[in-house]
Amino acid sequence: MISVEHYLVVGALLFVIGIFGIFLNRKNVIVILMSIELMLLAVNINMVAFSTHLNDLTGQVFALFILTVAAAEAAIGLAILVCFFRVRGTIAVEDINVMKG
Amino acid sequence: MNSGDINIILPEIFLAVFAMAALMFAVYGGKDRLAGLMFWATAGVLFLLGAWIGLAPAGSDVAFNGAFVNDEFGRFAKVVMLWASAVMLLLSRQYLEKHNLLKFEFPILIALAVLGMMLMVSAGDLMALYMGLELQSLSLYVVASFRRDSVRSTEAGLKYFVLGALSSGILLYGASLVYGFAGTTNFAGIASTIHEGDLGFGLLFGLVFLSVGMAFKISAAPFHMWTPDVYEGSPTPVTGFFATAPKMAAAALFARVVHDAFGGAVADWQQIVAFLAVVSMFLGSIAAIGQSNIKRLMAFSSIAHMGFALVGLASGTEDGVAALLIYMAIYVTMNIGVFAFILNMEREGRPITDIKSLGMYSKVEPARAAAISALMFSLAGIPPLAGFFGKLYVLQAAVDAGLAWLAIAGVIASVIGAFYYLRIIRHIYFGDEVDALDGVMPVMHKMALYGAALIMVVGVVNLFGVQPIAADAAASLLK
Repeated sequence: MISVEHYLVVGALLFVIGIFGIFLNRKNVIVILMSIELMLLAVNINMVAFSTHLNDLTGQVFALFILTVAAAEAAIGLAILVCFFRVRGTIAVEDINVMKG
Repeated sequence: MNSGDINIILPEIFLAVFAMAALMFAVYGGKDRLAGLMFWATAGVLFLLGAWIGLAPAGSDVAFNGAFVNDEFGRFAKVVMLWASAVMLLLSRQYLEKHNLLKFEFPILIALAVLGMMLMVSAGDLMALYMGLELQSLSLYVVASFRRDSVRSTEAGLKYFVLGALSSGILLYGASLVYGFAGTTNFAGIASTIHEGDLGFGLLFGLVFLSVGMAFKISAAPFHMWTPDVYEGSPTPVTGFFATAPKMAAAALFARVVHDAFGGAVADWQQIVAFLAVVSMFLGSIAAIGQSNIKRLMAFSSIAHMGFALVGLASGTEDGVAALLIYMAIYVTMNIGVFAFILNMEREGRPITDIKSLGMYSKVEPARAAAISALMFSLAGIPPLAGFFGKLYVLQAAVDAGLAWLAIAGVIASVIGAFYYLRIIRHIYFGDEVDALDGVMPVMHKMALYGAALIMVVGVVNLFGVQPIAADAAASLLK
């Protein structure tokens, strides 16, 4: 029997993979965008698992909102990335270094 | 849903309809030729909405089954945000025009960001919180990279986007845990599951993740890494905007979440907020010392100031929330003045951000030099300027709540921080003479700079009566 804990563990693992994808990735900004998406989807697994566990629809509504916002966020992220590529000519993570910080 | 709900949320609906209508009108009516008009219209709408909300009758209303709360606390934050954004919008126009950035999208994006902030500070539900926060953030990512042909601006936008999305993800993870363990996303519902300050393991985890997400948004250390780069890279009017309204919104949101949803477990979040406050105050004050770029310096200054604002929140009392609101209102006013000055730091039409370029500025423009010095003294919290009273109230609230160590840390950090504000004044009055800055200041900028400086000096008398209003606002949050 698969219980809610199993879903939570999967969600937590995907979330951690997403965070590590952002911080350990040294190659490409597209991978960072994918990692962000992975984090949001991990949250969705949590939401839907809790929703069925609690027999309460709120979590599923929340998941739909998250999906919508994630799509808008990806669109804006890619748009900024295209602008960056046009002026800088590269999207390697180590080249995002005009300002130190 | 009924008409009562619509009435409560009417200002927000008005702003949303305005933003969409303005977008359509500009796209089909003449694009960037209408940009100047759009700036005036949006600033006018924001200002009038501020007046409308400010003059609304007292009392708290709840709409959409608790998802939207309209109380004194929210209204205080909204008035500050709306007026600050209106002023910053008017200040940006000339700068953007000079640098070929006068596009009609800018005021519309600002209007949408302000709409997001208004929803944030009125959120009574994790879902409403998330939607407001994202509307604000998504608009701000775009304005940060508004100068599309500049490496710095697009890089600032990209960094802001990646770290902002990361923080949204962390905040959401916290929201999912809170939902799972409280069984509801409603703040009042979450509060009712907390018995005698006992959060339980799941809710505590959720609270920590939520706090980390919100700390990113208010740029509290150790989650501040995006701030200096974004402040430096964005076009200056955008930096000025970042330093005013979104800071007020995020601080108000933080107060709303910890008091409305977790008001029963003050001891748990007090440690988190106090930790963020101490680290921000010291990091902001110490890291700013080495900076020579004034926009970067203002970034570290904002980190330190958010630390002080969080001291008020950490006290966990009504006085603390009132002190937080007063502090933020004063901080926003000071920043409007400072950025009206920075917008005009230029030599032969090129913007200059190096602090050394202010050498002996007092000989070039004595009045402007005096005004910016007054603002710097106020930012440093030197009595008898209004900035000192902002600090005094938050530290007083911390002492009253039994957090004397936090207040002592605040005083030490403020002494360290005074160094770099005073260094700017030293450059202005005793520095090495350099090629003078020759920016001609438009009337609007003069009004903002001298007005803000005057408010810091005259405000000492009674802070323009903002104190009782903030006290009422705090009382409505803690009820």
